[in-house]
Amino acid sequence: MSVDLATVKRVARLARIAVSEEEASRMTGELNGILGFVEQLSEVNVEGVEPMTSVTPMEMRKRQDIVNDGNKADAIVANAPATDRNFFQVPKVVE
Amino acid sequence: MTLVDVRTPDPKRFIPGATGDWEVIIGMEVHAQVLSNSKLFSGASTEFGKAPNANVSLVDAAMPGMLPVINEECVKQAVRTGLGLKAEINHRSIFDRKNYFYPDLPQGYQISQFKDPIVGEGKIVISLGPDRQGNFEDIEIGIERLHLEQDAGKSMHDQHPTMSYVDLNRSGVALMEIVSKPDMRSSDEAKAYMTKLRSIVRYLGTCDGNMDEGSMRADVNVSVRRPGEPFGTRCEIKNVNSIRFIGQAIEYEARRQIGILEDGGSIDQETRLFDPGKGETRSMRSKEDAHDYRYFPDPDLLPLEFDNAFVASLLADLPELPDDKKIRFVKDLGLSVYDASVLVSEKAIADYYEAVAAGRDGKIAANWVINDLLGALNKDGKAIEETPVSPDQLGGIIDLIKDGTISGKIAKDLFEIVWNEGGNPAEIVEARGMKQVTDTGAIEKAVDEIIAANPDQVAKVLAKPTLAGWFVGQVMKATGGKANPQAVQALVKAKLGIEE
Repeated sequence: MSVDLATVKRVARLARIAVSEEEASRMTGELNGILGFVEQLSEVNVEGVEPMTSVTPMEMRKRQDIVNDGNKADAIVANAPATDRNFFQVPKVVE
Repeated sequence: MTLVDVRTPDPKRFIPGATGDWEVIIGMEVHAQVLSNSKLFSGASTEFGKAPNANVSLVDAAMPGMLPVINEECVKQAVRTGLGLKAEINHRSIFDRKNYFYPDLPQGYQISQFKDPIVGEGKIVISLGPDRQGNFEDIEIGIERLHLEQDAGKSMHDQHPTMSYVDLNRSGVALMEIVSKPDMRSSDEAKAYMTKLRSIVRYLGTCDGNMDEGSMRADVNVSVRRPGEPFGTRCEIKNVNSIRFIGQAIEYEARRQIGILEDGGSIDQETRLFDPGKGETRSMRSKEDAHDYRYFPDPDLLPLEFDNAFVASLLADLPELPDDKKIRFVKDLGLSVYDASVLVSEKAIADYYEAVAAGRDGKIAANWVINDLLGALNKDGKAIEETPVSPDQLGGIIDLIKDGTISGKIAKDLFEIVWNEGGNPAEIVEARGMKQVTDTGAIEKAVDEIIAANPDQVAKVLAKPTLAGWFVGQVMKATGGKANPQAVQALVKAKLGIEE
């Protein structure tokens, strides 16, 4: 598997990362290097092997349905660049 | 999802165009908010209408290093809903990340289920009708899947000239996305489907079904085709939040697509919004790549696994669902299909009815609940939960008719008094002298007086005995409706010498 310049630019846009033309072409080379390295894994035959989901076999821990968090709006918005009455403020986004 | 056409085209559902008939194909994705105290992956409250960001934990705000831990009750609610939809329950399901950018999605992805949902194929039976002959048509609508996912926060755009405001109270609340198969063929079927789905989740107690609070909303997929041809290109109408709007949006969208096709154009697959003010759908300026969600399994969560015993214990505690209740009302209580359908349409109505019918005649109880109680609620724009007349009070009124204390006519007046003023029906009857007069002496006196005062009418009735009803009416009036109508009728006939 390899990626071309257009794919790199598209992935960057989807991830909202600003990438210049020059950076994009450099990254295309770097990403293809990484992909080529990872490609070695496909030499291993994994026919019939379930994907591993955890290093140790364990069940997912679950919570009880109780409210034991929240009520800290001040703390939630404390680091936001702009707030008003505990709302986050962001540059206007309208569909 | 492979699309299979399970319906036979039915001309009575066709939409006539300028160049011939068209058939509309509808599928729905309904987002139903899971009834739970806390969120899907955090301990913050799900309560509606709290102050901005009050119901937000550091997990919901996606602060660095925060990890999701699943709420077991939400899992149970999804399984219960799956069982209610007679669906396949998957004992192993996977949470995936659905990646997109929006200010009210702090994680930059929504935790959802993509390839392996918790619930697989099921079905809902909708009932259309009654038609002019009083018949109902039952139609089975397939369910493709149900999966669990997080809700996003809420953005407000009208608070500030240059800024949008974001409240994350909903962020992380558990939703069930319930996906139907493309099995619906008219806006009426789509509305019946949503109504039935809402009724089922309310019976199950897995979603409150309050569409105006956003607890249930639908994405409606609409396409049109010539009857018998393959499916056409569909458009998705996003976030329709009332059953009436679902109908309007489909009607408009089907017409729009037919117009384009008849003019020789083609339909672009796109996402549209319904504008309730204008009654039309319009294209969302669809962001390029909007549908490139780059799903992948969420590495913060293990597969969701449970055994048969877990499902069996939920199944054992499942309440009676509307279809089963309807069958029981018809079979055991002798109700008509129509009456049973009305009574089971909402769980609260069915519960009310069952409380009234307990130990009483099922049909009489049904008549009172449907005609009098629901009629009065409807007139006052009240929901069943707000009824001023309790099942005990209504039952008390019915008992008073049954034991002959009051007539059916007085019972209607009594109902109105209880509706407006409350109180114990038996005590009201006692206090206000509303008891039926069974004392023949008193009735006889009234009959004699009216006969004596109306010689002309007597002559008419003697000539034409079917007119005797006039006297019965006069006597009822004179006794304030408290005389027993059968007794009056018998006396009038006897006094006038009319043969039975």
